Amino acid sequence: MANIKLSANKLDELREVCKSFNNEKGELINVLHKAQGIFGYLPAEVQEVIARELNVSVAHVYGVVTFYSFFTMLPKGEHPVSICLGTACYVRGAEKVIEEFKRILNINVGETTPDGKFSLACLRCVGACGLAPVVLVGEKVFGRVSPDGVKDIIAEYAK
Amino acid sequence: MHILVCGGTGCHASESESLLSHLKSIVADKGLDKEIQVIATGCFGFCEKGPIVKIMPDNTFYTQVTPADAREIIEEHIIKGRKVNRLLYQDPENKEHIADSKHMGFYKKQIRIALRNCGFIDPENIDEYISRDGYEALAKCLTEMTPQQVIEEMKKSGLRGRGGGGFSTGLKWEITSKSVSDVKYVVCNADEGDPGAFMDRSILEGDPHSVIEAMAICGYCIGASIGLVYIRAEYPLAIDRLKTAIAQAREYGLLGNGILGTGFAFDIELRYGAGAFVCGEETALIHSMEGLRGEPTVKPPFPSVSGYFEKPTNVNNVETFANVPVIINKGAAWFASIGTEKSKGTKVFALAGKINNVGLIEVPMGTTLREVIYEIGGGIKDGKKFKAVQTGGPSGGCLTEKHLDSPIDYDNLIAAGSMMGSGGMIVMDEDDCMVSIAKFYLDFTVEESCGKCAPCRIGNKRLYEILDKLTKGNGTREDIDRLRNLSQVIKDTALCGLGQTSPNPVLSTIENFWDEYIEHVTDKKCRSGQCKALLQYVIEPENCVGCTACARNCPVNAISGERKGVHLIDQTTCIKCGACLEKCKFNAVFIK
Repeated sequence: MANIKLSANKLDELREVCKSFNNEKGELINVLHKAQGIFGYLPAEVQEVIARELNVSVAHVYGVVTFYSFFTMLPKGEHPVSICLGTACYVRGAEKVIEEFKRILNINVGETTPDGKFSLACLRCVGACGLAPVVLVGEKVFGRVSPDGVKDIIAEYAK
Repeated sequence: MHILVCGGTGCHASESESLLSHLKSIVADKGLDKEIQVIATGCFGFCEKGPIVKIMPDNTFYTQVTPADAREIIEEHIIKGRKVNRLLYQDPENKEHIADSKHMGFYKKQIRIALRNCGFIDPENIDEYISRDGYEALAKCLTEMTPQQVIEEMKKSGLRGRGGGGFSTGLKWEITSKSVSDVKYVVCNADEGDPGAFMDRSILEGDPHSVIEAMAICGYCIGASIGLVYIRAEYPLAIDRLKTAIAQAREYGLLGNGILGTGFAFDIELRYGAGAFVCGEETALIHSMEGLRGEPTVKPPFPSVSGYFEKPTNVNNVETFANVPVIINKGAAWFASIGTEKSKGTKVFALAGKINNVGLIEVPMGTTLREVIYEIGGGIKDGKKFKAVQTGGPSGGCLTEKHLDSPIDYDNLIAAGSMMGSGGMIVMDEDDCMVSIAKFYLDFTVEESCGKCAPCRIGNKRLYEILDKLTKGNGTREDIDRLRNLSQVIKDTALCGLGQTSPNPVLSTIENFWDEYIEHVTDKKCRSGQCKALLQYVIEPENCVGCTACARNCPVNAISGERKGVHLIDQTTCIKCGACLEKCKFNAVFIK
């Protein structure tokens, strides 16, 4: 596995998290949620530490991480852009919005811009179907986004 | 007087938070904060025109209110008693302003049971829930009824699981109560994964206590002292409200040991989902709560016999639970008087897509699709023609014109080739291509299939590929037969509910939109213009003046022609980007 050195105090924090769940293997998903909160993503090293702490195999941890779409092994951009691809957004033109983001940011879905500012992802329904199509930047929800409105959203964060 | 501001996710995204703080500070400035309470509530359901502000007790309903409108509402309405006309809902037909929400077409046909408190109370204040008969049902069960009596009442009410399956809730409780074990669990399935469904989230955001109360009642009936809510991590607001509600309930002695002075102990913990649609299936959900990959297992054994860590577990969905306290308070007979013969009570639907009034609605079982779409939903957006309505999410199907007058209930929807599902209802108009819609759902299923069984993992992938071939204009008649056969095989052999229902969107669109499939394969045409590969951009020689705008903007140099001469698009080079159509000022470019 790749060798990225994780800072010692963050590793301690991670061990604390495991301990707060009594190093119980049934709490793996809760631990992963917290770990992603600390590191922003779940690199192999983090998974190894968790596996050791909860006394399960690294393969088991990896299996769980890759199963759920919420967990990511790649660092996200400073401003993660998520475009809703729920049915309501789809019928109201979300695909064209994605194309526009891809064109302007010059990255594909699942990638991060070289300067680390933006990453692009799709998600399934945030439940704001009344505002379809919906785009999330971080936790902020943008409703009724048209392809023409994409550049304004990016400009708001590009500074 | 109360000023209620919608704090649901939809309105939240349209600045309802800043509106709320504006209202609060103006009320305080005027020294009215003793008489006027400004409250953030759960979703009103009318998401189309959010943010919503409602003034009680006169029931005035303001729509699309911005923070800048706050002052006018307070100075005009609250202080001078004059309603702010321009913010009132305007009837789309006679253009009349309607002040009282009860007279709006959107609300007229609705009966709110599961959503009874959404938009009426402050979800972060337990006292408001209690003042609307909250926790009365729990008290009644604990002090006046035996668990068996409560179960009988639930069975008599005819309540069926609102998550989609439609299994009798009372019966499920009875089976779990009869399983012998030292530890049992109550699980609330709040892993709402259907794209286009948001009813569970709205209930948790708007009325979390109703779910907590019902889980405690269920715990009393089946003999469990631990409740678990499995909730999507993508719903941060719902998680926050639920946490607050649980803490308040503990403080009031409504959760914990010795609830309401009886010997009954019950407490609730949260478990977070991490984005996997299949986890809505109860066995997969239980594995996910155990910290494993959310893969389903064969039933039996059912969770009611062997569930969470092999203990008997009763899994119900959020909306199902929200109905329980009302049934206990008002009686099974009252509940059973609403609805159809086999489907009792009401159902919450998330109405979305190409419809005028997008939002959350609750109607009695047996209401027709026509009433929902035209009377409550206000008809199709932009005056377009209705084409289909999709119910049941990726497990459901597309219904058409001919189904509009059949009453909605579990059995009718299944008979029509769709299903109730959790209650997503997506309306489609003439611009939607049904082959592409089927492909969209299969794309979803392929991505969400857990991969455990071959029919779902491989079969759905093949379905997707055939549909993709059709939309690219390479399909044949045999491909449609292949779709049908393969769909049947997947339905018969897949392991869990996700796989067994995943071909429904394909089968129902083939059944109801046969002509459209045939057009895609024989005429190589897509009547709604969605399938790009089947389009042809052509230049009408009579309109072309030879301005060269199209040729200059064509990214692949597919257009030839002299200046002031008629231009021509070379179909083999054309990539169908539409740039020529956009640039032509003389209406000479059109789609064939």
